[in-house]
Amino acid sequence: MTDMSVNLAGVRLKNPVMTASGTFGSGMEYGEFVDLSRLGAVVTKGVSLTPWEGNATPRVAETYGGMLNAIGLQNPGIDTFIDRDLKFLEDFDTKVIVNVCGKTEEEYIGVVERLGDTNADMLEINVSCPNVKEGAIAFGQNPEALSHITREIKKKAKQPVIMKLSPNVTNIALMAKVCEEAGADAVSLINTITGMKIDVRRRTFVLANKTGGLSGPAIKPVAVRMVYQAASAVSIPVIGMGGIRTAEDALEFIMAGASAVAVGAANFTDPYTTVKVIEGIEEYMRKESVSDIKELIGCVR
Amino acid sequence: MRISERATIISQEQLCAGVYSMWIATNAAKYAKAGQFISVYVNSDSKLLPRPISICEIGDGKLRIVYRVAGEGTKELSEMSEGGSLDILGPNGNGFLAKAGEKITPDTKALLIGGGIGIPPMLELAKQMTCDVTIVAGYQSSQGMFLTEELESAGRLVVSTDDGSFGHKGTVVDAIAEEGITADMIFACGPRPMLKGVKKLAKEAGISAYISMEERMACGIGACLGCVTASTETDGHSKVKNKRVCADGPVFEASEVEL
Repeated sequence: MTDMSVNLAGVRLKNPVMTASGTFGSGMEYGEFVDLSRLGAVVTKGVSLTPWEGNATPRVAETYGGMLNAIGLQNPGIDTFIDRDLKFLEDFDTKVIVNVCGKTEEEYIGVVERLGDTNADMLEINVSCPNVKEGAIAFGQNPEALSHITREIKKKAKQPVIMKLSPNVTNIALMAKVCEEAGADAVSLINTITGMKIDVRRRTFVLANKTGGLSGPAIKPVAVRMVYQAASAVSIPVIGMGGIRTAEDALEFIMAGASAVAVGAANFTDPYTTVKVIEGIEEYMRKESVSDIKELIGCVR
Repeated sequence: MRISERATIISQEQLCAGVYSMWIATNAAKYAKAGQFISVYVNSDSKLLPRPISICEIGDGKLRIVYRVAGEGTKELSEMSEGGSLDILGPNGNGFLAKAGEKITPDTKALLIGGGIGIPPMLELAKQMTCDVTIVAGYQSSQGMFLTEELESAGRLVVSTDDGSFGHKGTVVDAIAEEGITADMIFACGPRPMLKGVKKLAKEAGISAYISMEERMACGIGACLGCVTASTETDGHSKVKNKRVCADGPVFEASEVEL
């Protein structure tokens, strides 16, 4: 028997494969293709205190081996999210990780407090979205601000707190360490890398927001490197993501030190990607006679 | 019901410069409705996102798409041939008759308007209509005309060209005015300026217009919120003045959306 379960800050996931926030909604749409109960966890799209309209369109652009997005965290707000999305997820045997966003510290705390008595198993704090002007990345690129908001959220949160880190920093190990010292239960990385695409025929930006977050296979080597650096610097669990589309990709992250991994943009290419990654990891473990996936976490040092 | 599968190419032909017609064998045909689209994945690994392409005709176990080469992805698609295969996901979206279907009677006068690469979905719709159908198709020039014979056999066809090289000179809206066409309801697909003109026309005539919108998409199934369009009222799903083109559309009542 292969044991694929992992432990994230006291929360047991049946396998290490989850969805990356913002690429999977709350699972309602992709649930048409994959049995959500197969997944280690569903990480929902970021939710704020009030509904957010997001950015103007075009919001997405394809790039070589990747894509840019500048959705701007459009979401229906926490009330609808609790009544509709969290209720929908109650029916599945998977862990629910809610991605939390805000423009101010008060907004983040407000959302965290509203989630206290819900079926959310963990909270992922989005301090790294590159596509909104206020909040988000302003907290994620400054070590003092990151430390402060982590502490304040930890005071109010009833669930374990994952801080989602931005790759748009000089020293990722420092940012992970700052979160650990401020009491974070885990860190997840990487969020998207800020990028730009220009339409040379129209001589203008492709995205209405000018810049967007790059995701997809193109960013994977950067993400693996950063996961390795973060995992080497902290003892809290690290969740790895960035360009995963195969089991082999996921195993790279796990061997670099990730206790769990998330599939993001690859869902757009193939809605079955999450399940294929789970099955591929299982097959690898069987072939390589690995009885417990925990043997592989951080095995490359 | 949506199908995600590898579809086989039955045929591919060029209709005019840059415009191609492809029939694919797919189980998605069973569920397809006029005005829906399919997500087409090209085989290059460097291209992650599907191309949303409207359904031009629905056959028994097969679908026809007529598309314009707009970039590298559609160029690759145009270079594929009979017997080849590609991944598809669909049918997606609501289709033209999701909201209008019940209002159509044998006495209804329906006006179908297509502009450029917005013309293909009008063919399946025209074929399915059991009422009086007038089709107005707008092209750039006589050289760039396609599907005209097939449209003619599905209803009365009026053509406009930007340069006047065939039919009425000017826009589809100009052609409608010159021909004095009246209708009980409008169905339209085409570039945004055309849809704006159609919306105005429908408002002045006091009739409903069902317009098919286009936007850059990622997931194509309503999850990522990449392809929204501004709505006049707060949307029931998003809770903001935004609707998802892929899932809530691509067909909207013109009065629902801001153009």
